[in-house]
Formats: sequence, C-alpha cells, structure tokens
Amino acid sequence: MKTENQKAWFFVLPVLALVAFNALIPMMTVVNYSVQETFGDNVFFWQGLDWFQQILRSDRFHAALGRQFMFTFLILIIEVPLGIAIALSMPRKGFWVPVCLVLMALPMLIPWNVVGAMWNIFTLPDIGLLGYFLNHMLGISYDMTQDPVAAWVTIVTMDVWHWTSLVVLLSYAGLVSIPDAYYQAAKIDGASNWAVFRFIQLPKMKTVLTIAILLRFMDSFNIYTEPFVLTGGGPGNSTTLLSIDLVKIALGQFDLGPAAAMSLIYFAITLLVSWLFYTLMTKDDLN
Amino acid sequence: MAKITLSKLRHSYLSTPKSDSDYALKEIDLDWTDGGAYALLGPSGCGKSTLLNIISGLLVPSEGQILFDGQDVTALPPDQRNIAQVFQFPVIYDTMTVYDNLAFPLRNRGRDEATVHQRVMAIAEMLEVTEMLEQKAAGLSPDNKQKISMGRGLVREDVNVVMFDEPLTVIDPHLKWKLRSKLKELHQRVKATMIYVTHDQTEALTFADQVVVMQLGEVVQIGTPVELFERPAHTFVGHFIGSPGMNILPCELQHGAAVFADQQIALEGPIQGAADGQTEIGIRPEFVSLADHGLPATVTKVSDIGRHTVVECEAGGCRINAVTEGAAPEKGSAVHLAFRQDMTRLYVDGWLATAPANATGEQGAA
Repeated sequence: MKTENQKAWFFVLPVLALVAFNALIPMMTVVNYSVQETFGDNVFFWQGLDWFQQILRSDRFHAALGRQFMFTFLILIIEVPLGIAIALSMPRKGFWVPVCLVLMALPMLIPWNVVGAMWNIFTLPDIGLLGYFLNHMLGISYDMTQDPVAAWVTIVTMDVWHWTSLVVLLSYAGLVSIPDAYYQAAKIDGASNWAVFRFIQLPKMKTVLTIAILLRFMDSFNIYTEPFVLTGGGPGNSTTLLSIDLVKIALGQFDLGPAAAMSLIYFAITLLVSWLFYTLMTKDDLN
Repeated sequence: MAKITLSKLRHSYLSTPKSDSDYALKEIDLDWTDGGAYALLGPSGCGKSTLLNIISGLLVPSEGQILFDGQDVTALPPDQRNIAQVFQFPVIYDTMTVYDNLAFPLRNRGRDEATVHQRVMAIAEMLEVTEMLEQKAAGLSPDNKQKISMGRGLVREDVNVVMFDEPLTVIDPHLKWKLRSKLKELHQRVKATMIYVTHDQTEALTFADQVVVMQLGEVVQIGTPVELFERPAHTFVGHFIGSPGMNILPCELQHGAAVFADQQIALEGPIQGAADGQTEIGIRPEFVSLADHGLPATVTKVSDIGRHTVVECEAGGCRINAVTEGAAPEKGSAVHLAFRQDMTRLYVDGWLATAPANATGEQGAA
C-alpha cells in the first residue's frame, strides 16, 4: 500500500476560509434567527420549528410561491423555444455573426435595476413610449399600476427581453459545434428539416440547453430587483414574488424569525428543483 | 446502380474565377463504370473531396455536367441522386439505437416497416453488428460507429454509388486492416459502384480496381495499382506512389538518347512526339541495382527497412535511391548503379514520353 500524501489539503484551506466567511457564517446566522424569537437588545427566546410551521401553513406564502412558479414557468416556456428559434436563424459564418452576437449580448449587459427603471418609464401610460402608443394611438387600455394582467404581461415581457439572449448564445454555441458532415449526411439520408432539428441539432444542444434552463430557472426563481423597481409587487399583491414578499416580511415588518425560516424554505425549494432537473437531464449520459 | 459520367467538369470556389489557378477542379472528364471499386488518390488540397462533393450533390459545379446512366443530375440535390456517402468522422444519430440509425434513410423515404426490418437485418448481418442493434449508437467505439455510417449508405438497395471520404482516418491502426477488408468484401457482395477518397496509397491500392490519381485539381492518371506502379504517366504519380518514390533525374537528349551525368542511359523504347521541354529520366528504386559498372555514384545513406535495404546514393548532383536485398555497401563508398532498361522511362515536362519496346523488350542491366 502506498501512503497517501495529505498535504494537499492545505491548498484547499484558503478557499474553505473564503466560503466560510461569505456563505456558511452568514447562512448560520439565518439559521439562528429561524429558530428563535427576538424583541431587540439581543435577547433571544427559543422557538423551535414554529416559524417553519407558520410559514408553511400561511396562505400568504402559498400565494407568493404560486406566483413565483407561475412567473418562472411563463418565462421558461417563452424564452427557451424563442432562444432556440433565434439561434437557429442566426448566420453560421460571415460578416453578420459578430453583429448578431453583440446585439444579442446587449440586453444582458444592462444592470437589473436599470432594466426595471427603463421598462417602468417605457410603459407609463401618459409619457412612456409603449404606454402612450397603446393607450392613445391604439386605444387599448393599458396601465400596469391598475391592472394585474398588464403588470404580469409587463414583467414577463421585460424578463424575456432581458434574458432570452442567454438561451440564444448558449444554444448558438451548441449549434456551431456541429460539424458540416452531420448536415451533409442528413441531406443524403433524406432527412426533413424537422428530423435534422430533432436528431442532430437538439441532441447536440442538450448539454448547453440544460445549463441555460438551469441558470434561467435559478435566476428567475430568485428574481427581485426588476419587478421591485417595475411594479413594487403590485397592483395589490398581484406581482409580489417570493423574494419581494420575503423582503417585506424581513425589512418591512421586521419579523426576523419568520423571514429567516422563509429564506431557508425558499433556498431548499430552489436547490431541490435544480437538483431534480439536472439529475433527470443527465441521467442518460451516465449509462 | 449506375454508370457515372463526368463531362467537362470545372469548379471554382470563387464567384468570378479569372485564371486557371482559381479553379479547384480543372476540366475533368471521367467515366465510372457500374459496379467498379475506385479510389481517388491525391495529396491534401488536390481537389478530391471537391470532386466527391460534386458527385454526391453537396456542391454544384461551376461548369460541366454529371450524368448517372446518361441522365443529367447536375442540378439534383443529394437525396434525389440516390447516393450514399461515408464521412471522415463517423456521423451517427446519437439519440437513436443502432437499429433506428440503419433504418433512418429508409424511413425518411417512406418504406413500410416490413421492408425496413428486412433490409436492416440483412445489412446488420453483413456488417456483423446484429448483436448491437438495440444499443444506443452514442456508446459505440469509433470503428463500430463508422460501420454504422457505412450501413446507412448500404441499406438502400437501389443506391447508385457509395462514396467514402477518408473513412479510416479516426480508426485505430489495428482495426484499419479489418475494416478495409470488410469494405472490399462488402463491395463484392453488394456490387455497388464505390468511390474511395484517400491520400493514403496503401488504402487506395488495396481497395480499388482502378485508382484515379489527382494533383492540383487535375486527373493525372487512371489505372490499376500495377499500372500506376510500373508505368506512371506523370512524374507526380511516380514519386507520390511507392515508398520511396520514383527516382527522377534531369537529363539531356543527344541524338535521341538520354544522357545523365555524362552517361548515356538506355530507355525502355522509342521517344514519342517532339521531346522539346524539360526532360527527365524516371526509374523506380526497385529497378535500380548495385553493379560492377554503370553510373558511378557515392552512397550517402543506408536505411534498413526490414525486408530490404534502401541505399541512398548521389550522382551528378541528384539523389538516387536503390532498393537492394542482402549486404549493403558502407556509407561513403563508391558504387556503380545499373538501371533495368525496360523500367527506365523518359518524361517530358513531367509527362511520360517513352513507349515500351516491341514485344517483350530487352531485359538486363544497362
């Protein structure tokens, strides 16, 4: 038996320290809050799992969670097919490739709160470009501060505008990696365009698409800044997504215990869905 | 199955070719007879893949026509030409099973499942992949993947021609042999016209009945492996085929005889046509021997390549290789070289200019 050299662990220590300070320790304080009640002055009372029970049984949480899943579902069902379609219609070589790539990347470079502000102004009924056009030129009543449907249409459209590019760029990277011989062989085999997509392009894009969907799921499930700037969760509670509700409880009502319990549940759901999705998508590759 | 005729074919990748050098293919006229095994041999960039893609229909030629059994197919897309092509890197449909891969070309053409099943089983049996039929194609080894892509070509019973574009490039050396003999066997069984593109002379010479040698977008010679070896029509064929290649020695013509390094060299027969241009003697190393008299030369290198020895000599400022068996002279020693007369050819501007002497010709050293 060869004795193994354990000194390599020392090289991992700096990373461990870093992760401890930026993730583990802050998270442990959340865990700490989630099982206690505090009235300030650093006085804590043990609460057990009461906060978790309270959150899991609250209608308010269920409603926010429902809205959150709805939002994520809507943007995925639009962004993924749309992103693939755009990637398929982009040129493979020549002058237009860099032009398309830069145009595609632009929305992603804009900071989140700026995107929210942009769309807020864009959709104002009296002075916004889109709002004015819809209300005063087409005669369609559109005001997202009054109408929940308008608010939903706006936040979904905004997210599609902001993030479809990510799906496009990742899909495009998958597409350009397919050698010409595959298309030539498919032509000779008499494959239809659909068959080329189904049996060549889609399988080759699978890995990058898995990552794209995973990233879009996590980002949209945790989204805060854009809808907060755009609608502030309204009108009423109609666009109050999980993170917005969480901030309201934590900083608005200063209910630190329930807020901490909610964060942990929220985190667990994100983690669980991501893990499930990734495991299912990569199941075939392992065999 | 069909006879394939290429008529006055020219192709340029530029939209407005000006000079001859703008053409990747320069004026090709060729007939491929039905059921033949052909090889297209040439160095990288000689236009052999371009020619292949024109036959398969992946590329439309700038000028000229392609006829299948006398029918013009120049403008037809690949799927309507009924051809099959096997690419350098195996193309398989990862998500399908081996069975579905083989069935794919038939199902795309709307054949009924009974026919599909019967054809797939027949081809699988021929390729010896029957036990893999239910497996996902993605997990196969490269040689099996290449077999499957060959199978997709052969599965259509009415295929006009099967083309191979350097199909053994990614295959391990010890499997190359197996796959190559499998190919030869397949050709005998299915009797389809096959065209095999390669830059490897061993592959070309073992697979094909007829080898088409290309250089710089032109067909230099078409012939059986023996013809290419014994009577190269061009100095290019001479040094491209054979290992080491043909010795090419610049010479002068004096009163109809070739003179190299002040020595008169006896040629195989009379010189044809006006020999005005650059004249060269061509002789294969296999027909150069060390003798007591003949062309004086100095040995510069001796390499033992197993069954025989290659003696590299220098004479008249040229390098001459001789293949000998048995004891080889020391490096630096002075020797005399003898050329076998019936294998000594004259080339004018690169092209063969001598005809064999009447009847058997004289055998013996010069």
